[in-house]
Amino acid sequence: MNNTNQNGPLLEVRNLSKHFGAVRALNDFSMAVRPGEVVALAGDNGAGKTTLIKAISGVFQPTGGEILLRGQPVTFATPQEAREKGIETIYQDLALADNLSIGANIFLGREPMRKAFGFLPVLDRKAMAAAAKETMSRLDFHVSRLEAPVSNFSGGQRQAVAIGRAVYWDAQILIMDEPTAALGVPEQRKVISLIHQLKAQGRGVIFISHNLQDIFAVSDRIVVLRRGVQAGERKISETNHDEVVKLMVGG
Amino acid sequence: MTSTSPVQPAENHVAPQADHGDPARSLISRIAEGRAWLFLAGLIVCFEIWSRLAFGATFVLNPFNLQSIAIFAVAPLLLATGQTFVIISGGIDLSLGFIMGLAAVVAAHATNMAGAAIPLPLAMLAGILASVIVAGVPGVINGLLISRLKVPPFIGTLGMFGVARGAAFLLAGGTTVPVQNSWFALLGNGKFYGVPYLVIITAVFVIIMHYLLSQTRFGQHNYAIGANVQAARRSGIDIRGHILRLYVLSAMCAGLGGALYAARFTAGAAQAGEPLLLDSVAAVVIGGASLFGGSGTIFGTVAGALVIAVIQYGLVFVNVEPFWQFIAVGVVIIISVLIDQAQRRFSGARQDE
Repeated sequence: MNNTNQNGPLLEVRNLSKHFGAVRALNDFSMAVRPGEVVALAGDNGAGKTTLIKAISGVFQPTGGEILLRGQPVTFATPQEAREKGIETIYQDLALADNLSIGANIFLGREPMRKAFGFLPVLDRKAMAAAAKETMSRLDFHVSRLEAPVSNFSGGQRQAVAIGRAVYWDAQILIMDEPTAALGVPEQRKVISLIHQLKAQGRGVIFISHNLQDIFAVSDRIVVLRRGVQAGERKISETNHDEVVKLMVGG
Repeated sequence: MTSTSPVQPAENHVAPQADHGDPARSLISRIAEGRAWLFLAGLIVCFEIWSRLAFGATFVLNPFNLQSIAIFAVAPLLLATGQTFVIISGGIDLSLGFIMGLAAVVAAHATNMAGAAIPLPLAMLAGILASVIVAGVPGVINGLLISRLKVPPFIGTLGMFGVARGAAFLLAGGTTVPVQNSWFALLGNGKFYGVPYLVIITAVFVIIMHYLLSQTRFGQHNYAIGANVQAARRSGIDIRGHILRLYVLSAMCAGLGGALYAARFTAGAAQAGEPLLLDSVAAVVIGGASLFGGSGTIFGTVAGALVIAVIQYGLVFVNVEPFWQFIAVGVVIIISVLIDQAQRRFSGARQDE
């Protein structure tokens, strides 16, 4: 068995179930994410992808089964607890306060303070801007106007800010829900390259997408969900679009 | 070589980051941000010319005029500082006018009662303190209604508008309550080197509020909640606690406004803040805040309150029928919002239709 050793999975989900009354949104589902691995979750609408990530990120309490983080069983009462343990969920939208700068968004809710005139606590905007610059350059995203509100940036850049926030707070598992859905093609490529960098940094990524092209471009493995159960798991190098679609629709 | 393109795009090159630092754009947005001060300057110039043509007298260089305008601006500005916080968060506080009236009545009663037992200066302080604390009560109720019971701010504070109004008139016995306290009267009407105490107190208070909005986590979270409450919640900000504190803060601003009103007129009146509520909203909007939340500054609101005060006082000064004030303020509000929308269109920010 894998314990807390380095090669073991970062995150493991064992026999996870989530029932809403008689509806079995997720049933006896298992999967694992290793460091530096991108696992794609695929499945039709209502297959249970969202239920799964909500259970992992602490939004729902699972009905049964367990979640292991580096081999240790964990439970999250709130998304906040999951985040503190290094599981960050990046939603397609609703992630940023558009009127604030990149730095302010990275630090939202945990702003650094300094003392002005030796006694007056004030927001340390310089520290925020410096951290923003450093973090964004780690993601190969170079921006000169660090004080500009993020509404001035494009969709892909905003996605990069959301990813940058997770990276700054050292998230080890990033769950990305349709990160490319609302973006133009060049922006999609940018996000895909960001995911490659997260992978190179040894983080685990769970990548949810409807776009098989993106899934094949970035993932190591693909897990297919169908009506709440695992319909199949394939290495990307050993499968193709047709097989994945068949798994999804149950053909 | 037949290649027409001298630039070779690298295989893995990611599109360069567009930087929206276009100088023309930022000039427009800077003008839009400072529009309240431009309005103010324009108005002062207009009244100066008007005054010189009509009476051959200066408008703005007359210290009496400046004093009067500042005094005019004090009460609406106190309401508007609290309102600025609320509007930035995406809410609105309609109860402020009558919370101010309630506070004025409480200040009068409390000062009189305390004056019977303790020295006058202490009684004055007790009166001010009592009025601010009592004003906090409807603020707490507003905050709980909006944060816990999810009552829309417009409706919740409209209800409190009625409750505070009734409570203020009941407490005042349907009349005005005179204050018997020479210190209190001095506070309301005295001057320090020509600057009224009321103006000094308000200026200090406004600076503290500016600090709170622009330099603290509370202020930062206020902007975030106004822009995107989901993002703020996901960042771990305690939305409920914030909203509660927010409405208590705005009610206490109105409380201070009520206490200073009682000092100025040496009487507490339930209707003290009645005409000031909409002025406070107008000052915030003229000052550059969006009613959709997420933007606005305290200094913008100061300019907005001064614009209104200059229009009101200036039109009286040049002897125009007072009803024109309403029209002038209304027109300024509309122009201000139009500029705001034009700026949003230019700056390429996403717009909610």
